[in-house]
Order: sequence, then structure tokens, then C-alpha cells
Amino acid sequence: MGAELPLFPVQASTMAGRVDALYAFLITVSVFFGLLIAVTLVSFAIRYRRRSRDERPQPIEGSVALEVAWSAIPLGIVMVIFLWGADLFFAMARVPPAPMEVYVVGKRWMWKTQHLGGQREINELHVPVGVPVKLTMTSEDVIHSFFVPAFRMKKDVVPGRYATAWFQATRAGTYHLFCAEYCGTKHSGMIGSVTVMEPAAFQAWLAGGATGTSLAAAGEKLFQDLACITCHRSDSEGRGPRLEGVFGQPVTLASGERVVADEAYVRESIVNPTAKVVAGFQPVMPTYQGLVNEEGLMQLVAYVKSLGGAATVGPGAALASPAPAAASPAPPPRPKGQGR
Amino acid sequence: MTTQIGPGTGEPPRPPLPPALSEPPPPRVNYLNVAYGVKSWLLTTDHKRIALLYLASVTLMFFLGGAFAVLIRLELVTPAGDLVQSETYNKLFTMHGIIMVFFFLIPSIPAVLGNFLIPIMIGARDLAFPRLNLLSWYIYVFGAAFTVYALVSGGVDTGWTFYAPYSTTYSNTHVIAAGLGIFINGFSSILTGLNFIVTIHRMRAPGLTWFRLPLFVWAHYATSLIFVLGTPVIAITLLTVVLERALHLGIYDPRLGGDPILFQHLFWFYSHPAVYIMILPAMGVVSELVSCFSRKRIFGYPVVAMSSLAIAVIGFLVWGHHMFVSGQSTYAGLIFSFLSFLVAIPSAIKVFNWTATLYKGSVSWDTPMLYAIGFVGLFTIGGLTGLFLASLGLDVHVTDTYFVVAHFHYIMVGGAIMGYLGGIHFWWPKITGRLYPEMWARVAAVIVFAGFNLTFFPQFILGYLGMPRRYHAYPEEFQVLNVMSSAGASILGLGYLLPMIYLVWSMRYGPKASANPWQAKGLEWQTASPPITENFERQPVVPEEAYQYAPESEARVV
Amino acid sequence: MSSVADAAAHGAERHHPDLVHHFESLPAQKEAATLGMWVFIAQEVMFFGGLFAAYTIYRHLYFHAFVQSSRHLNLPLGAINTAVLICSSLTMAMGVHASALGRRRATVAWLLLTVALGSVFLGIKAVEYKDKFEHHLVPGESFQAEELHLEGPAARPAQIFYSLYFAMTGLHAAHMVVGIPIILTIAWMAHRGRFSPEYHTPVEMTGLYWHFVDIIWIFLFPLLYLIGRHH
Repeated sequence: MGAELPLFPVQASTMAGRVDALYAFLITVSVFFGLLIAVTLVSFAIRYRRRSRDERPQPIEGSVALEVAWSAIPLGIVMVIFLWGADLFFAMARVPPAPMEVYVVGKRWMWKTQHLGGQREINELHVPVGVPVKLTMTSEDVIHSFFVPAFRMKKDVVPGRYATAWFQATRAGTYHLFCAEYCGTKHSGMIGSVTVMEPAAFQAWLAGGATGTSLAAAGEKLFQDLACITCHRSDSEGRGPRLEGVFGQPVTLASGERVVADEAYVRESIVNPTAKVVAGFQPVMPTYQGLVNEEGLMQLVAYVKSLGGAATVGPGAALASPAPAAASPAPPPRPKGQGR
Repeated sequence: MTTQIGPGTGEPPRPPLPPALSEPPPPRVNYLNVAYGVKSWLLTTDHKRIALLYLASVTLMFFLGGAFAVLIRLELVTPAGDLVQSETYNKLFTMHGIIMVFFFLIPSIPAVLGNFLIPIMIGARDLAFPRLNLLSWYIYVFGAAFTVYALVSGGVDTGWTFYAPYSTTYSNTHVIAAGLGIFINGFSSILTGLNFIVTIHRMRAPGLTWFRLPLFVWAHYATSLIFVLGTPVIAITLLTVVLERALHLGIYDPRLGGDPILFQHLFWFYSHPAVYIMILPAMGVVSELVSCFSRKRIFGYPVVAMSSLAIAVIGFLVWGHHMFVSGQSTYAGLIFSFLSFLVAIPSAIKVFNWTATLYKGSVSWDTPMLYAIGFVGLFTIGGLTGLFLASLGLDVHVTDTYFVVAHFHYIMVGGAIMGYLGGIHFWWPKITGRLYPEMWARVAAVIVFAGFNLTFFPQFILGYLGMPRRYHAYPEEFQVLNVMSSAGASILGLGYLLPMIYLVWSMRYGPKASANPWQAKGLEWQTASPPITENFERQPVVPEEAYQYAPESEARVV
Repeated sequence: MSSVADAAAHGAERHHPDLVHHFESLPAQKEAATLGMWVFIAQEVMFFGGLFAAYTIYRHLYFHAFVQSSRHLNLPLGAINTAVLICSSLTMAMGVHASALGRRRATVAWLLLTVALGSVFLGIKAVEYKDKFEHHLVPGESFQAEELHLEGPAARPAQIFYSLYFAMTGLHAAHMVVGIPIILTIAWMAHRGRFSPEYHTPVEMTGLYWHFVDIIWIFLFPLLYLIGRHH
């Protein structure tokens, strides 16, 4: 690993080139104006250096035209930079449809990553080339930050909430993963690598690393162990809302507000159920905070996602599930009539 | 009459100065020798003596913070964390940041040069509240003592940014003591700002209208607005951290439903305007230097004056640019990015106006001017790299890396400290009545400039390559640039030591200074060097515009 | 306002014992003091502002918990305290007025009355705090939210409410604890005949400070005690 050019990290994602282009533009603008000022300043200082002690120069005090010019032109240039940077930022914020999902938990001082198929890694992440990968991340303790310079990607990982980021790798290789938010003693040791593989190699890796339980299956087990099914029945007779088909759809709350049932909504509903109560239901759900850790929460989220809803299953997700030949069951489709 | 020689060059006496600047013989009694003894210093209410009390304290804190910097750069010579342990390293960069930001950069120019010069520049006998001024110094010392106590009893390792929940829940170090030290010190800033605002509003000499004020005064007025309105917010923010640690009054703990990002908003609401506290006074100094050493009024004086106010006001609206990847909403990021670009414009305007001042001027290359020119160049680079950080899509990559470290050191060291040193040299004759040795001073200025660039320019590259901040150990491929940076730091350190030596030397052995060795405009140069305690024998009256180097009738606006 | 005008009028005041050497005249000195006190009050607003901002955000996020938590504050005591503090502002204003008229004994009496009322306020606050301790409503390990009829997750933000309650009223009380000795000092100076119709600036400045402390409470009371009470 390492950079071909000593000034830039390698470009290994769809965003990297775009970020480097903006960087190059800014360098050009900076060099231009920097040299302009430096050369002008030094040449004035030389050209107009004091030749006699009592020399009194011409008092040229101002120029409206110049003030307007050197306010308006920089303003125009920075507005271009602003729009360019904003456009790039929005592209980074918009997750492409049907990404491969990965769940990340940061804790002092390691990164724990989980694929939907149940493959777990510590301080490493294997992903395929050419597929958008969406990271859903949280921290178990303090704020960390997931930083992959080769992808030009960084996102703070905050306890108590989910942070989302995505990337699409464009070349195979192994790249640095750093924690970029100071988190205590071993902050500089909270590093690892992201390995990008060709699709076939990636499938092989997945099969080799399959634990036998996909994330959603583990979530289903938790769902049963914690007796969630007592209230969240699929026959609409339960005290809690039916969860099939909920994920990704808008939900109307008792307050009249409408929210989208995304990962953060599902997580919050488990740890802080009375925060957003669905219309037509009573706020009787107890909290599971302390009973489920962040990894367990991610498994439950994956399970609820697997129960159907908007854009939950697609080519990206399919890549992450273990190959049919493996001994593990595929992520459950709509389970009906299985003792619920 | 006594003719004094110009800045220590051994040249023959020059012809008498024009009438406006003719000087009486220097008085035998001045503010330095009017009384001797520790009590006369520790109980003084003379703004000039208080300025010197501050000079001693901030210099001490600067070398303490600098010692930590030396250790940091020594550790970073090798990729492995082998000089000190991780805990120690984390305390080193934390203490370096806290001491340099709160106990050096923020007070330095206002409390030393501002305190000394503002009353004299406006023709007053003292600040509005002299005893409050002394109290400010004692509060500073008390706050520094708390912080040094935190240091010697084991240090603090949260980073100068004290992010929750690390600072509130997880750190095992002396967060409370350090937080209280900064909290106490904040009141020193607030009272100084209050004093300056009232003084500038109410105590200007007859004829001294707002638009005849020196730009140094305008800059300190704008800075004082930030002192008064911004500092209380960091005070309450650090207090909440202390309360959470001491009394479990927790509002940032996610386990209780608290939001760690709220801490960041509250922290940066002050800490961004704080950087303008650090740079605006230096810009004020640079305006004085550029004007004197071009022997012309600053080009676009009213625009430069107003730009200080614009920076202060807009500077309160951009704090979220420290939080683009924190989880803050994308739309909030958009607004903060936009405003951050706007705040760059008044700074750019100043740079252009300073440069234009030299056009057809009479430019002298004395040490203060070397620092001023160095400031303009390095501040320009620092400011331009700020555009990189304000730009959302690019900031995602470079935030929390050495790119940011390089950016702010360009502004604070390449900018603020160069401005401070330039001002110390410029007003040294006024403050001490002595001239410093010009050759040594120029050598030191060049060493500082060279050492500074070698230290910090490689860090831009390191940052873009991906080296994160606050890293004790780093991957091997970053070593070459780190070694360059550490080499530069040793040169920079030498550059800072030299003034310590020759300035102290000059206090005893330097040639005596005249009232106006630079032949500069400004009320401070119309009184003796050093001044008498009351600053002026008679109340000055101001009949002319600022920087009136040539008759008003000759002034041209093109 | 300009010192030029004052310079002409300062004849009699030039040697006024209360005129300090760096001001041209007593009116100039007083205007400076007044501006200084207003600047100080501006920074106090920003100081409390951080807590008000935190309060606003958490009240929006956890309104239900805030309502329930607020119910357990002692409304009658809070209301009495509000009345007490407003009265103390009245007595303070009367004291300033008396000092402007040069009425020494009245000044001292009004100031002492202000201190008494302020002390009543602090006493009632102490009673309230003690009550919170006894009902396990102080944030920390001993915090129990059963009394609030909040279950599970809604109980956690109750700690945030009480953290803000103690921080905000505590900070306010600290300002009173600082203010009372100041008023006592001013009362002593008045008793010694220090003030006159020409010079009573310290009394006025203390008055400004006290009124500010009162106004902060006038915001704190409804924000902390009266959430959702109209339901």
C-alpha cells in the first residue's frame, strides 16, 4: 500500500478523484493569489525602499474601484469553491440505492465490523470492488471517527446514535483505516485496513468467513430470546406495531408527525420506545437499553430490515449473504406462521 | 536640544524633525523609575506596569507551552511511540494547546501591547478602570496557577477541545482542575475587553473621532466585542463539564439521553470567535507597522477599520465548520460553509490594502517591517488553506488531520506570533526607553520565518496524505515529512530564543531611545520614551487624521 | 457626552474627592461606569445563555419528561420566591432613589431590606434543594425517577431536566451569594456617608446588577416551574 505520488493518497474510490480535483483547483487558486501577494509585496518593498531619511512619499490613500474589485472577485471565486464543495458533500451524503450493508461499532480502541452474512472483523473490513458499501456506525463509548484516506471518506462515530457513510471502491488493494477523533490512550493504535477485492475473491472470502449465522438471523434469535414477538405479532393483534414491511417506509406517530423508519428509528425504538410512539398504539413498550449491546442492536436492526420494506434487498445485500452451497440458511424471507 | 540617533546604527545626527514632532528633553522620572519595589509593581494600577506584568507572565507560559511542543516534535521524529508513553503524549499535546491558546495567544497582544498602548494612543491617562485592570492580571495568574497545578499533579489528556463524553466520563486525568483554570482565566479576558470597550468609547482625546483612531485601536475594539460576548460561553461550557464530572449534573451523557454534539456546538461557539481574538490584534499591529514603515496612511483606512468589525461579527456565525463530519445536519453544514467563505473576504481585503500601502511608499526594512511582511505572507497562506477547510467536500478528507494543524499554526504562529514580535520590537523603545540591536533582530526574524515554514509546510502534505491529528505513533511512510517538520521546529525554537536574549540585554545595555525613533505618526510617539506615569504632560488634542504623513491637501484617492 | 463639553463644566468638580485622576469630570466618570456595567451584564447574558440553549434543545427533545419533572418542583415556593425577588428589586430601586436624594438613613434601610429579601429567597431555595435530596431527585447514582411517574427510557431525560434545574438555579443563586455581600458593603458605605446626590454611582451600579439577577429568575421560573401546567 502506499501512494504512487507522494503528495496524494492513492485514489481508490469513486469520490477520491472528485475530491482531488477540488483540491487541485484550490491549490491553483492559492498558488496564484499567494504568489501574487508575495511577489507584489516584495517587489514594492524593494522598488519603493527608503532612499533618504526624510523622504515623504505620495499619499495615495485609497481607491473605490480597487476596493470593489478586490472584494467582488474573491467573493466570486469563493462562491465557486463553496458550490463545488457543497455539491461534492451532498453527493457524499446521498447513499446510492441498494448498497451492500456493513455495520461498524467503534470502541476503545478497535473497530468491529459486521457483514450481513454474519462475518465479523476486527480492525479490518473486506469489501468488493465496484459496489457501493453503506456503513452504519455507532460507538460504545466515546466519539471516534472512521477515516479511510484512500477513499477520501471520514465520518465521526458518536455514542447513542447511528452515523451513516458510504463509499464505492474502484481498485483492489489494502488501504489504511484510521480513527480520526481523539479517543484516549490508544487513539493512534485504533487503526486497521480496508481490503478491496475483486468480486470472485470477495465471494470466496465471504464463504470462508461465514459464521453460519447471518446478521439478520442473529437478530431473529435475539428477537425471540427477548420475547419481542409477544407484542410485535405479525397478525396485527399485538400491543405493538407489526414489523413486516415497516423498514424504510414512512410511519405516522401519535403526535401526528411522520418519520421514516430507518436504522436510527429502529434503534431508538428499542432503547427509547416512548420517544416516538406509533399512532394508534399505547406507550407501553419497556426499554431494552442495557439489555442489548450495540452489536445486538445492529442485529435486531438487520432483522427488522429483512422483514421487508423499501429497498432492503438488492444486489449489494445479496453479495453479503453466504453462498447457497454453505451450510447456513439464507436470510429469512417473509416468515409466516412460524409460531408467531 | 538632545538629538537622538536612529535605531542603533551609529549614523550621524540628522537634521531637526518637523515642528509637529519636536521633542522636549526626556523627563528624568518615568513610569519605570517612579517607584521601586515589589509592592509598587504588584499593587500598581498603571496600565503600563500592568502590561509589563502580563509580558512576564505570558512569556513564561509561552516557553512552558513551547517546551511541550519540543517534546511532541521530538517524539514524532520516529514512527513508533518510543520517546514517551501514550498517556504522556496525550497530555503533552493537550497541555501545549491549552497553554498556548488560553494563556499565550489570547492574552498576548491585547494584555501586553493593548494595555500599554490604548490609553496613550487615544490621549488618555489610563484605562477606564485601572483597578479592574490589575484584577484582570491577578485572575490570569490565578487561572494559570490552577492549570499549572493540573499539570504538575499529573496533567490532563482530553485535548484542548475537551470533547464529551471523553472529558466528562472517560478521562482519568485532572480535567476539573484544568477546566477551572481556563474558566477562571476567562474572566481576565472578559474584564480586559470590558475595560477596552469603555475606554475607547469614553476617553478619547478632544478631536479624536472614531475615524481618526489608529487601526490598532479599531482592531482591539473588535477583539473586545468578542472577548465580552464569546468568552462567557466557553466559561459556562467548561463549567458544565466540571459539574458533570464533579456532581454528575450530566447533560452530555448519551446513556441519559444527552447529546455529545451539543458540547461541540457550545464549545465551538466561543472557540471559533476565539481565533479571531488571536488574529485581530495582530492585524492591528501590522497596520501600524506597514503604515509607519511605508510612511503612508494605510490604503483604504475606513475599509480596513470596518473589516475588523465585520470579521468579529461574521466570526460568531461560522462555528459549525469545525463539525462538518460530526453528525451535524447536511443543511447546517451548508450554511456554515457559506458563512465561512464570507468571513474570508474581509481578511483578504486587509491583505490587499496592506500590500497597496507600500505602493509608492517609502519602505524601510527595519525588523518590525520584516515581521509585518512575514505576517502578510504567512497569514495569506494560512487564510487560503482555510478555504480548503471551509469547502465541505474537501473538508471531509482533511478535517482532523495534520492539514488542520498546519492551517491553524500558519495563522497563529505565522500570523499572530509574528505580529506580536513585530509589535514588541516596534514599541520596545517606547516601553523600555532602549533600542534593541537591529542586526540580531533581523537575523532572528529571518530564522523564525525559515524555521516556521520548514516546521509547518510539510504538515499540509502529511494531512492530505491522511495522517490524523493527535497521533502518538504513525505509519512509516509519514516519517520523512515528520522529520522535516521536527527539524524546522528546532530552528524555530532558536529563532524564539534569540529575542529573549537580546531584548533583555538591551534593557540594560541598549542605546537610549528618543521619543520617536521611527519618526512615526501616532500619539504614543509624541510622548517620552519611556512615558511618564500620566502618559502626557498636557492633555493632547488631535487636529489631524490618522497616519497624517503628508498634508491632507495632497492626499489622493484613485 | 464628549469630554470637551465636560471639560468646561468641571470647574467645581475638578477637586471632587470621588473624581479619579484619569477622568475629566464626574459625569464622564459615571457614564464610563454605567457603560461598563451594561457591558458586564451583556456578558452575563451570554454566560447564562449557554444553559438556556441546552435547556431549549432538551426540552424540545424530551418534552414529556420535562413536563413530568417540572411537576415535582414546588410551585408555591417558586412563586413566593418570584414575588420575594421582585420585591427585592423594588426595595433596591428605592435604595438607589434614596441615595440620589441624599437620604442616608433611607438608603441604608432600603438596602438592608433588599438583603433581607434576598436572604429569604436563598433560604427558600435551600428548602427546595433539601426536598430534592430527600426525594432522590438529585442527578447521579442516587437518582430515582419513580416519583415522577416516568418509566424506563423516559426517566433518563428527567436527570437531564434536574441537571439543568440545579445548574441554572445554582448559577443564579451563586450570583445572589456574590451580590448580597456587595449590597452590604454598599449599605455600610452609605451609612458612613460616602454617597451624595453628586456621587452615588456604586449604588446605581449595584442596582443594575441586582435587577439583572432578578430578571434572570423571571425567565427561570416559568421555564422550570411552569412547563405544561396549563393542561
